[in-house]
Amino acid sequence: MSDLHFKTITELAAMLAAGDITSVAITQSVINRTAAVDAQVKAFLSSDPEDALSQAKASDERRVAGKSLGPLDGIPIGIKDTLAVKDQPLRCASKMLENYVSPFDATCITKLREAGVVIWGRLNMDEFAMGSSTENSAYQTTCNPWNLETIPGGSSGGSAAAMAAGEAIATLGTDTGGSIRQPAALCGVVGMKPTYGLISRYGLVAFASSLDQVGPFARTVEDAALLMEAMLSKDPLDSTSIAPQGETNYAAALKEKKGPWKLGIPHEFFGEGINPEVKTNIEKAIDWYKGQGCEIVDISLPHSELAVPVYYIVATAEASSNLARFDGVRYGHRSDEAKDAMTLFTKSRGEGFGDEVKRRIILGTYVLSSGYYDAYYLRAQKVRRRILGDFEKAFEQVDAILTPTSPTPAFKRGERADDPLAMYLSDVYTISVNLAGLPAISIPSGFTESGLPIGLQVIGKAFGEADMFAIANAFEQSHGYYKMMPAL
Amino acid sequence: MSETPHIDIDYVANLARLDMTEEEKSKLGSQLDDILGYFDKLNSVDVEGVEPMAHAHRVANVWREGDQTGETYAPEILTGMAPDHRDNQVVVPKVVE
Amino acid sequence: MPYEAVIGLEIHVQIKTRTKMFTAAPYQYGAAPNTLTDAVVLGLPGTLPVLNYAAIEKCAKLGLMLGCEIAEVCKWDRKNYFYPDSPKNYQLTQNEEPLCIGGKVEIELPGPSRNVEGDHRWVTLNRIHLEEDPGKLTHEAFETVIDFNRAGIPLAEIVTEPDMNSSTEAVAFLNCLRNMIVYAGISDCDMEKGQLRCDANVSLRPVGTDKLGTRTEMKNLNSISNVKAAIEYEIERQTEVLKGGGSITQETRRWDVESSSSFSLRSKEEAHDYRYFPDPDLMPVQMDRSRIKELEAELPEPPLDKQRRYQESFKLPFTLTSVLCVNRELCEFFEEALQTHQAPKQIANYITNDLLRELSAASESGDCALGVGQCKLTPSHIATLVKIIDEGVISKQIGKEVFTEMFVTGEMPDAIVEKKGLKQSNDIGEIEALCREAIAGNTKAVGQYKEGNIKALNALKGPVMKATKGQANPAMLDGLLKKLIDEG
Repeated sequence: MSDLHFKTITELAAMLAAGDITSVAITQSVINRTAAVDAQVKAFLSSDPEDALSQAKASDERRVAGKSLGPLDGIPIGIKDTLAVKDQPLRCASKMLENYVSPFDATCITKLREAGVVIWGRLNMDEFAMGSSTENSAYQTTCNPWNLETIPGGSSGGSAAAMAAGEAIATLGTDTGGSIRQPAALCGVVGMKPTYGLISRYGLVAFASSLDQVGPFARTVEDAALLMEAMLSKDPLDSTSIAPQGETNYAAALKEKKGPWKLGIPHEFFGEGINPEVKTNIEKAIDWYKGQGCEIVDISLPHSELAVPVYYIVATAEASSNLARFDGVRYGHRSDEAKDAMTLFTKSRGEGFGDEVKRRIILGTYVLSSGYYDAYYLRAQKVRRRILGDFEKAFEQVDAILTPTSPTPAFKRGERADDPLAMYLSDVYTISVNLAGLPAISIPSGFTESGLPIGLQVIGKAFGEADMFAIANAFEQSHGYYKMMPAL
Repeated sequence: MSETPHIDIDYVANLARLDMTEEEKSKLGSQLDDILGYFDKLNSVDVEGVEPMAHAHRVANVWREGDQTGETYAPEILTGMAPDHRDNQVVVPKVVE
Repeated sequence: MPYEAVIGLEIHVQIKTRTKMFTAAPYQYGAAPNTLTDAVVLGLPGTLPVLNYAAIEKCAKLGLMLGCEIAEVCKWDRKNYFYPDSPKNYQLTQNEEPLCIGGKVEIELPGPSRNVEGDHRWVTLNRIHLEEDPGKLTHEAFETVIDFNRAGIPLAEIVTEPDMNSSTEAVAFLNCLRNMIVYAGISDCDMEKGQLRCDANVSLRPVGTDKLGTRTEMKNLNSISNVKAAIEYEIERQTEVLKGGGSITQETRRWDVESSSSFSLRSKEEAHDYRYFPDPDLMPVQMDRSRIKELEAELPEPPLDKQRRYQESFKLPFTLTSVLCVNRELCEFFEEALQTHQAPKQIANYITNDLLRELSAASESGDCALGVGQCKLTPSHIATLVKIIDEGVISKQIGKEVFTEMFVTGEMPDAIVEKKGLKQSNDIGEIEALCREAIAGNTKAVGQYKEGNIKALNALKGPVMKATKGQANPAMLDGLLKKLIDEG
């Protein structure tokens, strides 16, 4: 059973329940796989095999005692380095937090522990989740397991790459403008961003508070649904968290819901800038749905092209304020050159933050500064409501919206490193979803000729996760791309 | 913002308390001017009378009731992470007002 | 050209809640450094604020007390500035939509002497908003140390219009404001403990003109006498500058107690660009109108209204009301005593003189200031005492003795009179015999009395009182002495 690390949660849960395997065996398989391939993939910033095995052992003991906590009990899950796990490093892939250890668990981690999950390792990311390629990590550049010359996407690149490489059974990421869905697409795995507020942000190191959401990476839609169910909560520690609404037994519902659905195709997402192979692939997927009896509706999201500027104003403004707490006073990096209150701040922050983080802090500070607030920030907030209005109008006619997740497949390392604007445009299909607070999932929809994965994005209505999962599951189960593994 | 946008990097870097070399500043300056130029697109849409959107959902009145006290951290948690401390207080270079 | 000063105040009041504004950590003045923190107070990565509703209610109550309009909706903004006492380097505050709007406070100016009531006028408020207190810096010789206990305490910032013209008015305003806030139980307003802090904006303009001059902001006024001295200093300084043909620079100045002078805080000038924007972590608060009505009904009668009522209904003189009405506890004590015995003036006298004297003596011998609630006397003690004096059971003089006794023991006055046999003697035979003895024994005094020195009679009363242990009915004694001398 050397390939346990490539199995799905549902498969492993059945084997565990039948007594065929143990959580220790699964965890050991993942540990061994990581030891074998992570020198190439570089997905993990750190890991603690002993700690993971002791959690696995506890899970096995529960199962033997007849006290299993459910399908996730004993499943090793990797965690993006921006989610707080008690007594583990929380570095956000930044020098700023090089020695920082979190004294508490994020609420999503607490919920997963309650489901018996084995918390496994810290996954690489763009520093403070700012980036689309994971090249902005202060520690290492993660490689796409499908082609080690290419980037895994970002900012949750470590979470996506670890999944694709079999270094975890599932992982957690965070998505502010596509940071789960884009790397999921580029690494050929499932990645899902919930309705804003459905999963607590407590313990997620804030990048852009009104956009950030925690979400799962998994091999299958059903696995993602199981993880979502476990993490749902109206958290008293997060004022923006919202009680789950509608159908929340996602895993059961996705098998029951058979469609046919009304699916919207926004023509704005198939125009300039899209890679032809991606375009063809997504059109094929749309045809498949049509063939299943779904009604395909041409829709318009007229303000889509404004999503990138709105996003980079709102997100950087919030980030400039959220990252102000990293100042070298209470924790984190303090410069040796700190001589007074001013240099304490300027030197510590100048040394602790990387280029992209500085770029965004400067941009965000600027758009909020005196004389520019109305022209940039306030205007962006108003256009944001227009973007939401586009979706609300579209969802009067359709059950979900289908789009490509990313305009291109994985690109080469360094290709866009010096062109931030080109990098920002890689999020063009994902960010409007964050601005509108909607759920969306990226599922593997095939490969380019050169063998790079392509992702299909299904955007659901607010709190419409159950339908979104069902729609994604139907395609996934008929195509089976999730069974394809990269050769490492 | 329809005239050529330009960031006064020194002013903004000071507000953001970011120390940067001249080289960093000039590279960043030209990149940001490009980005701001791209932001000009926002002027193409009429937002007269549109309510600004600060939150994803229209939710209000989220609070903690009862004013019941919760747990506190032992000072050692803070001193364990602080770059410099003495007698359970965080130490910083002298702050002159 | 004569100038007139225009003064506006910004007063920060710590609201008395058990827990902090955005987290459940408790606050207690004087606790050991950094023992009242938690992850939110320290601004640790991943933490989020959750509003303490008790702070909203208390601030709304404060607003109602001060005649403000309570907003339909209030919202939270971030005020961004770096300072080592600020755990997030932004302060959560209400910039755009504060909880309380407008308002006015009645003030009483000092009269020509302590015993004479001064003029009353109203000072207009601009707003009251809620915000969070930062931590506390202590500047040592070469370093600054930080205690975050205070961080996150709810602060109400009361902003007046530039509506005062002298330090006397500013001081009167602060005193009246403090009385009202303490009355309403919102804060103890102890300036030494930092529970009330004041900044003053001062400008000058030629008398008879309306346009406001350039103002300066005076910081660090941590006692009423500092407020007075700093305003006076600043009026004088600005007058000299203007008379010398100079102009006033808009600046922040710090009051230095030791040198009794202020100096410009140049470091604060450069960055007044606070980059306010709506806090994405906290939701707006809609104020429930019916709850506001309830809060309004709970408000205590304002001190100056009470004073007017006492003067009108109970005919109490200003010398009594000025002492009584600044203290809500005393007033409640007073009004309860009236339930037992309707003698307002005598009861008020006992409370403001004897009771306060004994309390202050007891406080001096103990180690803390004693309040009315902590002594053994109840309103019924004092009412009964006044009653038995009025009924002629004991003399006023014996009354003093009984008071001292009951303050110590808590016994009821009638019981003390009974136990000690202090009942007034009305035995005319006995008193007459003693009077004759006294007249015979002091011919000098008798002679003086006959010459018109009425006070000489006291020398004759003394021995009689001594012989009766003070129990002789004073009126009877007085009459008998006069009669016997006249007859003699």
